[in-house]
Parts: sequence; structure tokens; C-alpha cells
Amino acid sequence: MTAAPTATGVRVCALADLLPERGAAALVDGVQVAVFRLLDDTVRAVGQRDPFSGANVMSRGIVGTRQGEPTVASPMYKQVFSLDTGRCLDTLGYEPVGGADPDLPVWRARVVDGDVWLEPTTGEG
Amino acid sequence: MTAQHPRHLVVVGGGMVAQRLVEALRARDEAGTWRVTVLAEEPLAPYDRVALTSYFGARDVSELTLGDPALWEDELVTLHRDRAVTAIDPQRREVTDRLGTVHRYDELVLATGSRAAVPPIPGTDLPGVFVYRTIDDVAALRGWVEGLREDQGRGPRARPLRGAVIGGGLLGLEAAGALTALGAQATVVQFGTHLMDAQIDLGGAQALTRLMNAQGIAVRTSTATTQIRPSRRTRAVGRLDFADGGRLDADVVVLATGVRPRDELARAAGLEVADRGGAVVDLACRTSAPHVWAVGEVACIEGRCLGLVAPGYAMAEVVVDRLLGGDATFPGADTATKLKFHGVDVASFGDAFAASEGAMEVVWADPVGGVYKKLVLSDDARTLLGGVLVGDASAYATLRPLVGTALPAEPGAFLLPEGGGGAPSVELPDDAAVCSCNNVSAGTVRAAVTEQGCTDLAGVKACTRAGTSCGSCLPLVKTIVGTELERAGIAVSTALCEHIALSRAQLFDAVRVADLHTFSEIIERFGTVPAGESGPARGCDICKPVIASILASLGNGHILDGEQATLQDTNDHVLANIQKDGTYSVVPRIPGGEITPEGLVVIGQVAQEFGLYTKITGGQRIDMFGARIEQLPQIWARLVEAGFESGHAYGKSLRTVKSCVGSTWCRYGVQDSVGMAVRLELRYRGLRSPHKIKLGVSGCARECAEARSKDVGVIATEKGWNVYVGGNGGFAPRHAQLLAEDLDDETLVRTIDRFLMYYIRTADWLQRSARWMEEVEGGLDGVRAVIMDDTLGICADLDAAMQAHVDSYTDEWKAVLTDPDKLRRFGSFVNAPDVADPDLAYVAERGQRRPATDAERSAGATLIAGPTLAVRS
Repeated sequence: MTAAPTATGVRVCALADLLPERGAAALVDGVQVAVFRLLDDTVRAVGQRDPFSGANVMSRGIVGTRQGEPTVASPMYKQVFSLDTGRCLDTLGYEPVGGADPDLPVWRARVVDGDVWLEPTTGEG
Repeated sequence: MTAQHPRHLVVVGGGMVAQRLVEALRARDEAGTWRVTVLAEEPLAPYDRVALTSYFGARDVSELTLGDPALWEDELVTLHRDRAVTAIDPQRREVTDRLGTVHRYDELVLATGSRAAVPPIPGTDLPGVFVYRTIDDVAALRGWVEGLREDQGRGPRARPLRGAVIGGGLLGLEAAGALTALGAQATVVQFGTHLMDAQIDLGGAQALTRLMNAQGIAVRTSTATTQIRPSRRTRAVGRLDFADGGRLDADVVVLATGVRPRDELARAAGLEVADRGGAVVDLACRTSAPHVWAVGEVACIEGRCLGLVAPGYAMAEVVVDRLLGGDATFPGADTATKLKFHGVDVASFGDAFAASEGAMEVVWADPVGGVYKKLVLSDDARTLLGGVLVGDASAYATLRPLVGTALPAEPGAFLLPEGGGGAPSVELPDDAAVCSCNNVSAGTVRAAVTEQGCTDLAGVKACTRAGTSCGSCLPLVKTIVGTELERAGIAVSTALCEHIALSRAQLFDAVRVADLHTFSEIIERFGTVPAGESGPARGCDICKPVIASILASLGNGHILDGEQATLQDTNDHVLANIQKDGTYSVVPRIPGGEITPEGLVVIGQVAQEFGLYTKITGGQRIDMFGARIEQLPQIWARLVEAGFESGHAYGKSLRTVKSCVGSTWCRYGVQDSVGMAVRLELRYRGLRSPHKIKLGVSGCARECAEARSKDVGVIATEKGWNVYVGGNGGFAPRHAQLLAEDLDDETLVRTIDRFLMYYIRTADWLQRSARWMEEVEGGLDGVRAVIMDDTLGICADLDAAMQAHVDSYTDEWKAVLTDPDKLRRFGSFVNAPDVADPDLAYVAERGQRRPATDAERSAGATLIAGPTLAVRS
């Protein structure tokens, strides 16, 4: 048996509250986060705000892969983002609104004893 | 003022060649150095005269529209309809129209065309004798035949109407087809030794005669008509007398003995006119008078007048080039002809009569199958000189551009029927003309791909105009484009994405045949396995919605059942339409646009209670905007309780069936359009498809439901319903095309069933039916053959598939409300399910709320989501 990881950061929900291969929004200290449960029951978390529309909708995108990398597509204008790094893989010729960063912020997400915990990353992703 | 005034071009005549000339000039004269006045005799904008017969069944002139009607709105173009020119004064450079208005010109183009020739025999002026040239001619002929039939219908001795056509050329056969289409018998009376003697040889004509006979059209050759006699009873036309003593009873006669150039204006103005008629022009299309040009059938070029549209177009292009300072000359007439006459192919090209010295003929004839094919070769049997194809002209597109070049395979390979190996594939030389209507070479088509970056047929058509007139070259253009794309390494791949190597249509068939019902099964079976991996990856935002749609079209339960839920786009996932701020709009179904006052009250109450913005949609229902994801189940609980169902506004599926009020209330309506619209909407509700589908039903020919802008348009007639297919509004508007006429209710429904199912099975993802009709095998005729004549033997299958859809329909929203697992998908935040998105902000406008703009947000004059309106100062 490997040692269970220690719970740090903020608990947002139980893994069972998330649906496989879909996202859900979470409020973390007033910040909106999009949390995704992949088929292998690992979890990814990125910013909920879609840089290309300014709307808080990323959790409602379709989950998929590009060359093996887990992705989510914005439900608004369909830009594809890496769920591992938050990087925008395809801008489809659009510009982010208000000069925002095209990439999504990323949270470190871990499942500990069936609960999902989030920690902000330092942007290195 | 230094701005140069544009010079003035006057075009006399408003036919196809005039249209082409103006279109080409406006496309090429970017600096706007010319303004154009077109003086047309007919009261219509230029129309497609070549298609007169093929559109005989339709009464809508807009079917014959040529090019983009916006041409006539161009500020540098003035079209005067119903404005025949009465005189030309080349000295003063003026023309006078029938109203006495004088138009000064810098340059003048005569494009007056031809008139139908009336043979010099007694009786051509009798009632019931017609020519066949204009829409008015066609309308008059139709009116006469329908009038006769009505009189007869009341008479005691109804018999079939007897029609005769004098003239066995192209036009005569077209006219005979028109008569049979009107339900009359037709006999073609040909003075020459065989049909179409200007285009095809005796052997071809024999095959053609057999094919005509099979369609109930009789043919008399080598017969001179001496007189048309009146009936003693009606005083209208009664019979034809022939030089050989024979006679033929006829209730209607069409004269199709050729055309004569309309050169009377040219004669009166003193221009040089050829002995056999036509304004004489040089290879630049200049007449004998300075500043006067002639194009099309009125022009006598290289010693003859040409009665085909392609040389006329070429002349128009020459004049435009000259007007803009170029030095183009007429390239010589391509008199190649291909027509489809009631399903019979006839084509002739190059030296069809083997008139060249030493020419050899290679002939394949199958009298039983009604096929005759002949190639004319040079004396060394290598160079193709021309040919005749009757009954099967599939090799025409390949062969015609090869005239004058070495045949790339044994002649027999091009002549033998399919199954004997089929026509060999041929790489055309760059200078081979692919589209003779618009003079587009194979090289130009290739360049559209390699240099101008076109990646599909539609792009190449727009870029080169290939295939935009008669369309007969489209299969060839498609092949060249495909080959070129492949060569350029541009993926012609029809693969959906990196996960699925099949096209949507292929995947649809594969899933159906393999009887698969879940995403996992499909991806296991058909998913691409990446290099170094043991199994396929789990799809993406491209293939997942396609698979979701296919599973739904094939009837696999609720779209949020099990794994299917993971495949859905957000709209399908929450059964509502996402808006720019991340809220959704809600659209209950209102079948046929018919709603009770009680229903309206409920919608009003729900909108009021949840603070939703309301708007009437183009599809005759009500859209409620600004619903937050967590509000959707509460809103729908109210709507479902009041008897509303999902309107599927969020799905690639049937949207609405728009209707006019029809015979129930309207004093003009001839059928119950609302009743039919409701029936159709309830039948197809929930049907998932490659793209959204819209229908329309109009209760009479006034077409108030705008049905012809829909995927399927139904228009009432006195006898039933006409059904039109492949219409589209939106980005590339397109009128629907007539599929079938005067159907009864049951046949109408069955026809639409099959059309929709055939589309659903074979279209690409996100391909509207209009685009699909352009790409599908055989176009409109092909679709008609498959769904009306069952040429593929799939109609029973299509019928069963639609019946399965109808039988399994349930309301998606009702199912969500009773299923706690599905309701879980509607929380705002997983850790705060009832908290609204704090970033939503609204302001009031015209008594409702709308999302705040960025400026309004920063000014703080906004209202957080809620039912009460803050009043803006």
C-alpha cells in the first residue's frame, strides 16, 4: 500500500459529486473554478472564466483528448484548452476579451479519501 | 472636381447573354469606369431560358433566376424591364425605347437574341398553335392545354389530348417533353431524316427515337407539313396535313422549327446584316458601326449565328474585356451539347459527323438497352475528334475536353457499358475546357486549389464560376478538385477528427450495421489507436457530439442516459441554448405556431416570475432568455405542468414547422396548412439530424409561411401539396427545389419521412440539407430517384426508421424532471448549488432586462440577476 497523500488546500466536494468525463463549477474563496473528473477518476481544475467570451462557463465544455492530453472545449466559441496546463491549444482565430490571457489558470487537484481538494498553483503549470 | 464620370454602356436586350455581360463587367470593372443601362423587352429580370423545360412543372419564375439577383441592385447598374428599344441612332449615339425615352451611350451592345421561327405554312395563326421560346410562351401553352382538359372533363367523351410538335431538333424534343408533362400525347414531326439532325447522326437518332417512343412520344421523320387546319367545331387548330398525303389530328401544335436572329434594330440603323440574318461582327464582336457591339444569337460571327448559350457567354466576355481596354477575341464556338431529356441523355461534341478527312468512327450500339455511343477519331485512330452519346452520356464530361488530343486509352474503354471496366480515369491537360458555359479550364480549377487555397467544391465554384450555369460539369470539377487536394497534401480525408477516421455518413452506417449503442462500444470498434498506445483515446469535442447525434438518430433512449450524457454539447446537456453571458434561453414547443390563450398566459407568468426576457422567434414560437442553469428545472417544471414540451431549440434536430393560417381562416387558403404543420411538427419533434431542420407549410401559392426557405417546404395546391426540398435561409440563402407535386396527405408525409431519413443517414456533420443536395449523388434528380422511385431499394428501411422514431418519442424535459440523476447536472456550483453566478449583471431596456455591457458594469448601473427591474436614469 502506498501512503495516502495528505489533504491540503480546500476541499470542494466528494469525488462522487462529480460525473465522469464532465465538469462542475466550484466556488473557492469567491473564485470560480471548473473541476473535471476524468475516466480514470483523477481530477483536473482550471479557471471557470472563458477568456474568449468572459463568461463563467468552462465547466460546461466537452471533455476530450488531443494527442493524449486531456482537454476541455469552451462551450461558447469552442476553443480547446489543455486540462493539464490550462494552455489554449487552438484559439480558432479569436482574441480573448479585454486583452486577457488566452490560457486558463490551473489548480492542483487531488482526490484524498474520496474527497476532492484544490490548491492554487504558482502559474508554472 | 477631378473625379471621372463613369462612361455609359447601354445593353439592348435582357436575356442570358446580357446578364452575363453585366455580371462580368461589374466583376472586372473594379474602378467603376462604366455604368450600365439594360433595356429589356420582357417584364422579368434575365432568366435561365435553357432550363425552361426542366422547370416546366413549377410555376414559380424565381426557379429560373440567373446568378445573384443583387446584380440588379448595384448602383452602377440600371435594369429597365418591359422596355423594348424602338430605334438606334449610331451617329448621335442614342437609343430610343418604347416609352420614347432617349438613352445616350458611349458604347452600345446589342443582345436582342432570337425569335422562334414560324414556318411559311398556312394555319400558324390559329388558336392552339404556339412557339416555345419565353416564359410567356410556356405559360400560354400550359393555359391552353389545361383549358382544353377542363372543357373535356365536363364533356361526355373525354379522350387524351393530342399534341403535335413541328420540328425534331433540340427545341422540338423539349416541347414534346413539355406536352407529355402536361398530360397530352405528343407526336414530333420532323422534316429531316432523323431527330436532332444538327447534333447527332442517324444511328444516334435511331436510339433516341426508340427512347422517345418508350416515353409515349411518337416520331415522324422525313415529313413536310403543308398546312395546319382548323377544327370545324372549335375553329381552333384541328389537324396537320402532310406533303405525303398523311394527316394528324391535333388539339395543340407547337412550332419548333428553329430561331431567327432579332436583327431588325440593326437593319434599321444601317448596320451590316448577313444574308441569312444576324448583325455581322468581327472576332472582337464589333458590328460595322463604331461603338456598337453585338453578342449572342443576334450576332453573326465567323459567318454564322450560334443558337447556344455558351458561345454567347464567350462573346459577352470578349466585349467586357474590350471595354476595359483588353484585346480578347472570340475563341471559336464550342457547339458541344449535352442534355437530359426526361431522363434520356443525349450528347454531341466536336466533329460528331466525322466530316474531317480520313476520320474513323468507333461505334457501340445496344438497341435493347437504348444506348448508342460513337467516337470519331483521326485517321491514325489516336486523336479524338468528336462523338455522339445517346442513352448514356456519362463519358461526356471526360471526353469533351479531350477533343483534339490523343485518347489516353483504347476507344472501347470509353464506350463499353459499366461493368465492362467503366471509363478509365483521365488526367486532363491544363488547357482542356471543363466548364464550357463559363469557359473554365482544368488548369483554372487546379489553380483555385493550389494557388487560391480553395479546399472544397463550393469554394472552387465561387472562385472560378465553373459549374455555376448548367452544372453538367460538376462531377468532373469535383474529381479534379479532389485529385488536386490530395496531391497538395491537403487532407481530403473525410475523417471526423484524430479519434475517428470515418466521415459522419460512414460512421452512421457503421454504427447502424454493427448495431452499437454506446460511446464506448463505438470508440472501441472504430476509434483510431494512437501510435504506442494499446487502445483508442476517449474522443473529443468534435467526434463526441457527432456520435451523440448518431446515437440519438438511431433511437438510443434519452440523450442524458448513461454515457451519452458525456458526449453532449452544453446546449443538449442542459436542454437549453447558451447565451453570451453563460445563461440560457428556454423555448417550449408550439407546434405550427398555434397556441391557446391559456398557453400564452403560462409562458407570460413563467417569464415574469423568473425575470426572463421574451422575444418571438422567426419559427413562430417564444424564446425566454436569461435563465440560469440552476433555474432550468424549476422553469420546466412549470412549463411541463401546463402541457408544454421541449422545443429542441438547443438540438441539431427538428426546430419548427412554420405555417400560415391556411384555409381554416384565410379567404385565399386552399388547404389546412396549420393542421398539416402541426401534424408534421408532432411527427418529427425530437428527430436528431446532422444539422438543424426547419419546415414550412403554406396554405396557398401566396406562400406566406416562406416555406421555400426551409429544408422542407410544403405549399398547398388545389389538388394537394407540392413539396420543395433543400431550402435555406441564413448565411447562404437558397430556395428549396420542387421535389413532387399535388401529393395527398399520406404521400406527402411518406415523402418527407424518406427525404429526412435519407439526409440524416448520408449528410456530413453540420451540413444543412441545401449543401447536402449539392453534394449528394445525382442532386435533386438523384434524391427523387432514391425516395420516390426507390432505385436503391432502401425506402422500406427509411420508412421503418422514421416509424421507429415516431413510436419512441418522449418529451426530453419531462424525463429529466422525474430523474434525480439527471437533475444533478443543473447545479450552479458543486459546493454551493443554489448560489447564482455572482458575475451576472443586467440592465433594463424597453421594459425588459438584458445583459449589461462592460461600460455599464464599470459604471455600476447594473442589476444583479433577479425579477425586479432597476430603472435606468
